[in-house]
Amino acid sequence: MSLLELHQVSKFYGEGETAVRALYEMDLSVDEGQFVAVMGPSGSGKSTLLTIAGSLEEPSSGEVYVGGAALSRMGRNDKARLRRRAIGYVFQDFNLLPGLSAAENVALPLELDGVPSRRALQIGCSTLERLALADRAGHYPDQLSGGERQRVAIARALVGERRLLLADEPSGALDSRNGEAVMRIIFDACRSGVGAVVVTHDPHLASWADRVVFLRDGRVANAPDAVAGASAGRPLASPG
Amino acid sequence: MSVRHALLAFLSARPKYGLQLREEFEESTGEVWPLNVGQVYTTLQRLERDGMIESDESEDEPGPQKVFKITEAGRVELDQWLNTPPDMAQPPRDELVIKVLSALRVPGVSVHDVIQVHRRYLVELMQQWTRLKEDEADFDLTFALVGDAELFRLDSVVRWLDAADSRLKRAALEPPDTKPAPLIRRRLVTRR
Ligand SMILES: Nc1ncnc2c1ncn2[C@@H]1O[C@H](COP(=O)(O)OP(=O)(O)OP(=O)(O)O)[C@@H](O)[C@H]1O
Ligand SMILES: [Mg+2]
Repeated sequence: MSLLELHQVSKFYGEGETAVRALYEMDLSVDEGQFVAVMGPSGSGKSTLLTIAGSLEEPSSGEVYVGGAALSRMGRNDKARLRRRAIGYVFQDFNLLPGLSAAENVALPLELDGVPSRRALQIGCSTLERLALADRAGHYPDQLSGGERQRVAIARALVGERRLLLADEPSGALDSRNGEAVMRIIFDACRSGVGAVVVTHDPHLASWADRVVFLRDGRVANAPDAVAGASAGRPLASPG
Repeated sequence: MSVRHALLAFLSARPKYGLQLREEFEESTGEVWPLNVGQVYTTLQRLERDGMIESDESEDEPGPQKVFKITEAGRVELDQWLNTPPDMAQPPRDELVIKVLSALRVPGVSVHDVIQVHRRYLVELMQQWTRLKEDEADFDLTFALVGDAELFRLDSVVRWLDAADSRLKRAALEPPDTKPAPLIRRRLVTRR
């Protein structure tokens, strides 16, 4: 069973003449442990795809399934619980709360979900440890570098039992080393079973994914496959 | 790639046997640019002829057992080569660029589809490199560096495709340009 499934999802903003078609009859399925990168020009619907997949917005038509459950058949509270427990988000601008330490930021979603704060903080710290950020646990966001902040944001998105990670340009403002560190963390999370959908403009970073989906005008860009011969080429296979 | 200068670099620290040179060469670039044995020995022969290296006199044929050492002239040559930028002023005749330019002229062909075919192929290649690098890079610094070079090269091609894609999309929305194209031929001039 796939972790996330979009079935014929369309999203229109506005109505009539001025309606914008942000997504159109989109199908996508992400399995457990799968790392999917989404690429495409500005305005092609990448962020819309993530917000709909994460139940932050509703599709105009079509259905989204998370862990097999159809979002349209869930009540408000169920959706909210799903967002708190099963889905982690990382946005381009970090969304760390400035008044909380790194560990407190990571623990926040657990606390919101009713985990006692001492316990939540413990889990937060061990998540930071897993991402090699243990020594930053007590730092406040303004005491962290951009790369560290983004890694903390990913820690927060992964804390607890989250199975689905949705990240919109998580490495947007980072240099290539930090960008790669972010991708490596997501890559490792996927090895432990998390399914991830990551939007990026950076081909280098997208190349960490198991699968790359290209969007164009709200649809998956369906160009024919490269003519065999070229597509048979593998690095190192043909000495040049 | 310059086998000649790579060999000079290998000899710069101390004299080495022909066999040793071949092995070092294979180790450092081996998987990426396989090189046949003959090429190493003929290059050594030429380097000796040009006075860049010397060998002991014991054997005539440049072979595995002969010891080679770099000369002063060889050091000068090596130093100059290291510090001379390769010629990047002239655009290479890039086949992919030509394909995209050609696609524009073929009726019934969507240049955006052509771009997408190549973009997908290049990103797939990059995925393979990233996997290989992930598996090997911890053990093999040379491989990691070569992998980075390859990834950045492919990355720049994909980015060019992205830029071309959106430039063409924008151009299609705008009215055709009525100004005549200027006849000036522009060239890059670089200090070398
Ligand atoms: N709330 C909104 N109201 C109206 N139109 C919107 C809204 N959100 C997005 N759109 C439109 O939907 C389309 C897709 O937007 P989206 O943000 O998904 O693009 P994107 O692929 O994420 O682009 P970028 O790479 O620039 O972030 C765009 O044309 C955008 O203008
Ligand atoms: Mg966006």
